[in-house]
Parts: sequence; structure tokens; C-alpha cells
Amino acid sequence: MSGPRRQPHWSRRIGHLLLMLAATAFLTIFLALPLAVVFVEAFRRGLHAYLSAIGQHEALMAIRLTLLVAAISVPLNVVFGVAAAWAIARFEFRGKALLGAFIDLPFSVSPVISGLVYVLLFGAQGWFGHWLELHDVKIIFAVPGLVLATIFITLPFVARELIPLMQSQGSDEEEAARVLGAGGWQMFFRVTLPNIRWALLYGVLLCNARAMGEFGAVSVVSGHIRGLTTTMPLEVEMLYNEYDYVGAFAVATLLALLALATLAIKALLEWRYGDEIAAHAPGGH
Amino acid sequence: MTLELSHLSRRFTDYPALDDVSLVIAPGEFLALLGPSGSGKTTLLRILAGLDYPDAGTVQLDGNDFLAAQAHKRKVGLVFQHYALFRHLTVAENVAFGLRVRSRKARPSRTEIAERVQQLLKRVQLDDHGHRYPSQLSGGQRQRVALARALAVEPDLLLLDEPFGALDAQVRVTLRRWLRELHEDLELTTVFVTHDQEEALELADRIAVMNRGRIEQVGSPEAIYQQPATPFVCEFIGKVNKIPLTYANHRLSAGDWVLEGDPWNGRHANVVAYVRPEHLSLVGAHTESGWAARLRHVYLAGSVAHLELYIPSIDQTLEADVAGEDVAALGLQNGAELRVAPRGAIVFALGEQAGDAPAGRWVWQA
Repeated sequence: MSGPRRQPHWSRRIGHLLLMLAATAFLTIFLALPLAVVFVEAFRRGLHAYLSAIGQHEALMAIRLTLLVAAISVPLNVVFGVAAAWAIARFEFRGKALLGAFIDLPFSVSPVISGLVYVLLFGAQGWFGHWLELHDVKIIFAVPGLVLATIFITLPFVARELIPLMQSQGSDEEEAARVLGAGGWQMFFRVTLPNIRWALLYGVLLCNARAMGEFGAVSVVSGHIRGLTTTMPLEVEMLYNEYDYVGAFAVATLLALLALATLAIKALLEWRYGDEIAAHAPGGH
Repeated sequence: MTLELSHLSRRFTDYPALDDVSLVIAPGEFLALLGPSGSGKTTLLRILAGLDYPDAGTVQLDGNDFLAAQAHKRKVGLVFQHYALFRHLTVAENVAFGLRVRSRKARPSRTEIAERVQQLLKRVQLDDHGHRYPSQLSGGQRQRVALARALAVEPDLLLLDEPFGALDAQVRVTLRRWLRELHEDLELTTVFVTHDQEEALELADRIAVMNRGRIEQVGSPEAIYQQPATPFVCEFIGKVNKIPLTYANHRLSAGDWVLEGDPWNGRHANVVAYVRPEHLSLVGAHTESGWAARLRHVYLAGSVAHLELYIPSIDQTLEADVAGEDVAALGLQNGAELRVAPRGAIVFALGEQAGDAPAGRWVWQA
């Protein structure tokens, strides 16, 4: 066809405009505004109030506990995730599909149920409750319970990120390393790990964000003992319920910053090493 | 180092990959494992490399158990079909890998490794590519890096899995010759897997033809081509015309072609003659044994002409290769009436069932 390019009809242009407006409004109301509210409310009484809210003993303890829980559960999940991904991507065995389903379980089970399961197992009235009490081991309403619940919730992140990548890379390079004389660990650290490093980092990032942000499962096993078993999300809820809005939103800003930092690094990784990161990142949060 | 493979069997869940395979690999020999996909040739190679293990059978190296040695103690170099270069390492680092992973006692010094790597890269004509990454190389270059990497550990046995499979035709021919020279220079024992019969015939000292997990025949390229042991080898190596024979009056025949005699005296009902296209020649009208044929097509391929001939008396289309100049001299054209007769054939008495070993073989000469 030749001739001057036709301008789109005015009704179509208005249609486009309305669509864009609708999308922008949606994003503003559901994403940007809530984020803004967090910061606005946190600073409502000024920087001083904000800092003193964060500096409160309970808030500091919550931050410490959150970091501790993440520092224990993320490395454990890295070890488990790499091992599980290796097993699934490299070997054929009975029950492989079952293992895959188990890894996905935390995505499909409500976090509250996950927490409840641990209460039923390790709580005072639970299966092992009596034995644990006899041996003076506290799991529920204590830090071990928080760690267990967090490990369960974040279980899929690393493994699900690695499995598709390791399957697509195949085992040729690892076998080449073996034949060239590398031992098992040499093969792992010199060939396997470098090949999955960015995907692993990506998985760790998501795993960490979830570990620090988890509410449901942790809430059930925590017992909400101020300064002892409240992580940051729990602390936010408790402060809010006590009408301490500045305190609640101040702690919430820290979680929001964590989310923003995670998002930024995630975007950077996707942009820089997109081909080494599984296209379908695990869903779930 | 003589490698002796005896009665190797390997089963995967749904099919036998190796079925009672025995083979002796002589020092310094260039051996091809030739067969279609799924014939077990790669499984055999992986067992030698230590990446897979047989369910039954032994491999001995000069009388010692070779299978008991772990992959990294076998002094074996393996070149993978898709090269399997370490993608995160440079070419030089790839080549150095086998030396760097050695225990401190056995590991050469940093400068020695660098020297060795440089020598090897020179040998594979990539001395100025050491700092590149595998993704920056062409297929042929990657292949040579893979080879240099395998040679760095100074293997006694070099294993190559479809070494030229992923390359274009021109690069393939150059690399083939070059590999042969390398093999002779380094006095290695080399085993390579291929499904390309031309490659095997051109390169190897000996060929082991494999089919469905078994070795059908082991021999020199000449023997494999001229005296195939089984119908499978006949059909897999080169082109061949398959002509069913009938037994009557104490002799075998197919239409007007009479073979005078039958070594089995009619004991086998299912007898087939295999005639190579170059063994089917044009004969004069007075020849007694032979067929009247109609020329369907002439494909002139340089010095050789491929003739497609229809033989009414056996209702088959056969292929014959004649010198290109003969076609011109005889003025052959499509539709011409000719007379042809085989000069030689391999005749098999087949077993009762398809896939059985042949009950007998007769090398027939006119």
C-alpha cells in the first residue's frame, strides 16, 4: 500500500489513552500508594520519632531475630536446594517425581497450616511435646520453631531456580571434569558451582526476601513474646494493634527497603545474566 | 597397553545397550566403533572412560582390572560429541584443567602448566586464542580445544565420541586427516565412535561394526567392505543391492542370473545375495548368466556414473556404478535396453527369524 500514513481514528486513540490511564491508576492505587503510605506514616512525627521507634529495644530485638532466622535458614536451604536440584537434574531414581512434589509443597500449602503442623508435632500437646519437655527442649514459641517454619516456607526457592538450569546445561561438563581427573568436590567447586552461580544467587535472594518477610507460618509458632520471639513482620502487627502507628510503619519501612533492594538486585541479575537464570522463577509470593 | 574387553553387558531400563561384547584393542591402533544410533557404541565408549559401568563382563589393561580404576586414574582422554568445554573458563584454562586438579605432589608448577598449555594450543593451531571463551569460537575451533584439553593429561587412550558429527563437511575432512596425523605423531591408542561409515573407512585401522548392542564384525576397513560378515554389515557399509535367491535344480538363481551351485544344497530356504553397485557390470548380449535391464536414470557424479536399472525378470530396481567415461562412450540414455551381470556377490543363508545371525555366508565370484 502506498499513500500518506493514515492517522489512527480518534476513537481508537482515546481507547488507548483510557487503557493506559486505567493501568497507571491501578498500579498507583495498588502498588505505589501503599509503598508511599508506609514511608509517609513512618515519618509522620518526624525523623526523630522514626529513629527512636526503630531504636526501641523490642524493635532492635525483632530486627536481630529476623536476621538470625534468615542467617540460619537461608544457608541450610542453599545446601538443601543445591543437593536436591543436583539429585533431580542428574539422576534417575524411584520417587523422583515425589521429591519434586515435596519441594513444591510449601507453595501449595497455606503458611498458617505449615506453622500449625509444627505446633502439632512439637507443641506441648503435640506428638513429640512430652518427650521434648522431658528433655527441656523448647521448639514452639521459641527461636527453633521460627527457624523450622521459615526453612519449610522457603524450601522451594533455591531448588526450583536451579533444577531447570541444571537440566538444560546437562552433565557433559561435569563428566569431562571427572575424566580429566577432578575428584567429586573439585568437580563441584570448579565446574558445577560456577555454572549455576547466578541462578543460585537469584534463588538465594528470593529465599532471603521470603525468609525475612514471612508472616503466617511464623506467627503460628512464635507465641508473640515481645523481644524474644517476634520477627519484624510480627512486630509490625503487634505495634499496629497497639495503635503505635509510627512504630509499626517505621519497622515496616525496613521491610519495604529490603523488598526494594531485593527487587533492584533481582532486576540487575535478570538484566545481566538472564540466560543463566531460569526463565520461570518460582511463584508463591 | 592392550585393552581386553570381554563379555560386556549393560542394560538400561527398557533395552540392552550392550549385549555380550568382546573386543581386543591393540596398542597404538586407531579403532572405529561404527553403528547406527542406539547400537551401544557410545555406551561402550563411556564404559572405557569410566562414566558408566557394565552389568557384567570385564575390561583388562595388560591383565589388570581396568574397571576398578576410577575415571580420573585411567589416563584416558575423552572428547565429547558436543565438546563439553567449561563455558566459564578461557581456552587456556580449559586446557590446563586436567593439570590443575591434580594433587599437589603430581601437579606441575604454574609456569610448567602455562608452557604445556601453550604447546598444546600450538599443536591444535590455536596458540593466539588462549584468552578467549568457548562461546567465542567456531565449531571446529571448539573441537580442537576439546582435543587439546584431553591431550593435556597425556592419556594412553584417546576416546572420541562422534568427533566430527557437529561440523560442516569441509571442516570435517580437514580435521579428519589432521586427527589421523596427530594419532600417528603421539603414538596414542585411539577409539572413536561414529555413525558415518565413510569416516570410519577412511580413518580407522580397524572397524568394529555394532548393531543393537552387539558387535557384528571387527576387521580392517577393507575386510569390512569386501567381506562383510552379516547382512547388517552389508547394508550398513556402503550402498548395496539386495537380491533374494531361489533354489532349483541344485543351484541358486535370481531370474536369469544363475550362481551355479549352492554350498548349502538347498537346506536354507531364505537366501539373499548382496551385490555392490560397482560389482554390477554391463555385459555383452551373448553372456548366458545375467539380466536384461532397462536404464531408468543416469546420475553422473564426476568420475562415476550411478545407473538406476529396472530388471523385469526379478521385478527389482538395482543400482550400478560405472566409470563416467563409459557412459559417454556407450552413449547411454534413459530408456536404453542393456544387459548386466554381477561380478561378485556376498550370499547369506538367513536364519529363521529376522535379526538372527546368518546361518551361512558364501563369497561368490563370477
